Amino acid sequence: MSMPDLKHADIKSLSAELAAGHTSSVAITRACIERIKAVDGKVRAFLYLNDEDALRQAEEADKRHAAGQPLSPYDGIPIGIKDCIAVKGQPCTSGSKILQGVQSPYDATAVARLRAQGFVLLGRTNMDEFAMGSSCENSAFAKTANPWDIARVPGGSSGGSAAAVAAWELPVALGSDTGGSIRQPASFCGVTGLKPTYGRVSRSGLVAYASSLDQIGPIGHSVYDCAAILDAIGGHDKMDATSLPAPCDGFAKAVEALTEKDDLSGVTIGLPKEYFEVDALAGGVKGCLNDAIALLKSSGASVKEVSLPHTKYAIATYYIIATAEASANLARFDGIRYGARAMDANNLIDTYLETRGRGFGPEVQRRIILGTFVLSSGYYDAYYLRAQKVRTLIRRDFEEAFKQCDILLTPTSPSVAFKFGEKSDPLQMYLADIFTIALNLSGNCGMNVPAGLDPATGMPVGIQFIAPALAEERLFRAGRIFEMRRPQRQFIPKLDS
Amino acid sequence: MSKVIDVGYVAELARLKLDQPTQQRLQSEMESILAYIEQLKELDVTGIEPTAHAAQMTNVWREDHAESSFPRKELLANAPKTINGELIAVPQVLPGEEMS
Repeated sequence: MSMPDLKHADIKSLSAELAAGHTSSVAITRACIERIKAVDGKVRAFLYLNDEDALRQAEEADKRHAAGQPLSPYDGIPIGIKDCIAVKGQPCTSGSKILQGVQSPYDATAVARLRAQGFVLLGRTNMDEFAMGSSCENSAFAKTANPWDIARVPGGSSGGSAAAVAAWELPVALGSDTGGSIRQPASFCGVTGLKPTYGRVSRSGLVAYASSLDQIGPIGHSVYDCAAILDAIGGHDKMDATSLPAPCDGFAKAVEALTEKDDLSGVTIGLPKEYFEVDALAGGVKGCLNDAIALLKSSGASVKEVSLPHTKYAIATYYIIATAEASANLARFDGIRYGARAMDANNLIDTYLETRGRGFGPEVQRRIILGTFVLSSGYYDAYYLRAQKVRTLIRRDFEEAFKQCDILLTPTSPSVAFKFGEKSDPLQMYLADIFTIALNLSGNCGMNVPAGLDPATGMPVGIQFIAPALAEERLFRAGRIFEMRRPQRQFIPKLDS
Repeated sequence: MSKVIDVGYVAELARLKLDQPTQQRLQSEMESILAYIEQLKELDVTGIEPTAHAAQMTNVWREDHAESSFPRKELLANAPKTINGELIAVPQVLPGEEMS
């Protein structure tokens, strides 16, 4: 039985190889582990490698295949899990010192559903602490590098998941997205990443950052893979009161049915004019976007300018709402019930002050301070309540836009991956989230698809499709048709040379 | 101009002990972030309902029947200090005589 070539392996092709008996789960899992051992010293995508247990999971999967009773077409395929999503018996630090030593006592619902399909849980991927950041530089443990250029960041906060997939350490991974944390690193690393509609995927077992915005989603090599993972993890869950009671299946089948003959005739793509007027939009990104628009037009889509008039207020609104929710959510990390405790403090209040003062990194402290302030007596109406009202205006912008088009197309990030330390001012880092943040506030779904390479740097550029709530099939259809026709067929970083 | 935010006071509310240099740095970062956020005041939001959540759902109930919960020992395995693995040990809560 041959070792599979991970360089051309998405979960669709691996599933076909497994079904045909050309490879085994153990061979695939071993290939991933060897690849990780070979390149992760440079990429640093993993915080924890579950190698021995993963090989046992793989053996079980192979037995099921041999007995002709696989749990699903993906039984035995390895997956990486962002370090804020609980996997029973594995560490879960959310990239923070304050959770060092914690082992999850249960599986997140999304993880339990992956297990039920036979996915092999291979390890925990790096992230900005508590998912607060856009570069992975805020992790307390490691600075993940971009596999396309190790002097550059992989994006964030799901930078470990995106880098691991891009470096072919794993075929697919889970991330989470509160303001762009799946789509932006996917764009920086040249992979495909989906933020599902708010409420599609249960948040049970996801370490909470901003509960009204957080969503778990897949990062993979293809639109098909993202659709297959959404089929697996999505759908109602009684453990999450905000989980939507809508059916969530059949996405992968619909993608698989598309052929080169399918086009986008009858589809209207909206281009939000405010997104194209952003000063920071880099030339290379604009170029790839314009090429993508031309390609989609020649694929039968009609293209139309639309307006999202409150775009310029999205970042301010987000940083009030997200930090307010974070300050409340992170109050639970007090050194009492789990994680690290300052043992030298001799009374309760000092235990809280010292544990939290030492345990949280600078960006987390910054957001707790901002969030506590906007909720504090005398400022609530001026900041938090006002932001919630502007959130209504932003949501209405999308509702109006979707009366005129089926799907929106935008850049995912204003630039390609930047270099380590390049954005040292926190506000400059926040402003780079301009294209991804608004749809977390509105609850729409969005997906990054790699579009091309920036001629100046050779770094990948992604485009973002946005659809109304619960209309992921529109993202997948447009994304897949684009993927089949884009001039750059494959996105393979020159990591080994 | 009096400062809008007093980081020292907010840090106390948030139960964060910050050293002096950190507090000073955060004070100036907060001032520039808040200056940016001020732009929301340009908008007239009279009569606009606030949005607390992207999915507009209300009254999500579960069936009213007993279910088993997580085993206590497994959950307490993550506590920094316990008494026999059954109770969480905490520092003295009420001021008064030192306890041994």
